[in-house]
Amino acid sequence: MSYALDFGWLSQALEPILRGALATIFLTVVTGALGTICSILGAAAARSGSVSLRSAVDTYVELIRNTPFLVQLFFIFFGLPSLGLRLDATVAAILAMTINLSAYGTEIVGAGLDAVSRGQREAGQALGLRPRLVFLKIVLPQALRVIFPALTSQIVIMMLESAVVSQIAVRDLTYEADMLQARTFRAFETYLVVTAIYLGMSVVLRRVMVRGGRKLLAGGVS
Amino acid sequence: MDFTFWDILRNLLLATRWTVLLSLVAFIGGGIVGLGILLARVAARPWLRKPAELYIGLFQGTPLLMQLFLVFFGLPLVGVRIEPWSAAVVGLTLCASAFLAEIWRGGVEAIPLGQWDAAKSVGLHYVAEMRLVILPQAFTITRAPMVGFLVQLVKMTAVTSIIGFEELMRASNAINNATFEPFTVYGLVALIYFVMCFPLTRYARHLQLRARS
Repeated sequence: MSYALDFGWLSQALEPILRGALATIFLTVVTGALGTICSILGAAAARSGSVSLRSAVDTYVELIRNTPFLVQLFFIFFGLPSLGLRLDATVAAILAMTINLSAYGTEIVGAGLDAVSRGQREAGQALGLRPRLVFLKIVLPQALRVIFPALTSQIVIMMLESAVVSQIAVRDLTYEADMLQARTFRAFETYLVVTAIYLGMSVVLRRVMVRGGRKLLAGGVS
Repeated sequence: MDFTFWDILRNLLLATRWTVLLSLVAFIGGGIVGLGILLARVAARPWLRKPAELYIGLFQGTPLLMQLFLVFFGLPLVGVRIEPWSAAVVGLTLCASAFLAEIWRGGVEAIPLGQWDAAKSVGLHYVAEMRLVILPQAFTITRAPMVGFLVQLVKMTAVTSIIGFEELMRASNAINNATFEPFTVYGLVALIYFVMCFPLTRYARHLQLRARS
């Protein structure tokens, strides 16, 4: 049996593919930013000295890290409306992705905070800086520099996992691929092209983040 | 037909068997294929090393859902008849092989160079050197990340519901469509995954702490 690959449909498919890719990039950028902020807050809360905050953060991290993203997404999109919270599909996707990314991010940022030596904090306090400033100006930048590669990987993983948000009809790259293959009957070729685009996006995202991080956190990404 | 809470739970647990089975088969299959990838990846010859590097990069740089779709729609093109179960097994096995090979590579590279020299100096050729000296140590060092990956793999099986494999996630969608109780159904499903994954996560952490001390 022989089968000839046919990419003739591609010329008419560029627009939906581009639209889908932009949607995936949008989701990744928004959740990357929100997730990083939440991760910093989560890691800081766990280290604030309050036992109840610590166990709340730990419970959240374990709950999210030990359940599949798809289940979290469906729980938020299909389950929450029965509590009266009805979310738009895109909002539900962003919420689920942020919650998921933050659980991993909290662990990553936390490891970075723990890696900053105590002397740094004490030096800041000795200079008379308020605790908030010591955290923001001295501890956090050093922590972020250490964990930036790990955080970058996690955001790339989140982008790849976001392919399943097509299941709640968010019009991301996978959703557009599903629509295309239903129209062209060229499922294999469609997913081959889209997989290559995902690969390209993950390579570029990683490169952009490492380069951007290097500029942002002067002193480079270690 | 009315579903009680126990009906829902019982049906979910029945479907969980397939999640467990798929996880185990993909983990073992991934281990066997991954061993081959590992040997190529740590080989001195670039024509072996580069393709293995590419293989690992491809699986780690693309969504699992796309990999499953490519297997599901690709194998029939080369004349292999395939249903959701075999597509899920093939897709997850290949994906797991890439991740396991990368984990083990870390283990192999962590072994002091003296071990290689020692193996050579007692006259072991490549196969014996790998089998008796290098790999056993690499597997021991990487036990914690291997268990950690098993957790990831259990969670990955949920994605196979999208290509139609009847595991826990797909069963929950069907039950949800019959009961209209998404909060209960997906809450229970999350709980079942948690009960499977949490002990493994704790075990991985235990191994990691023990390795450090």
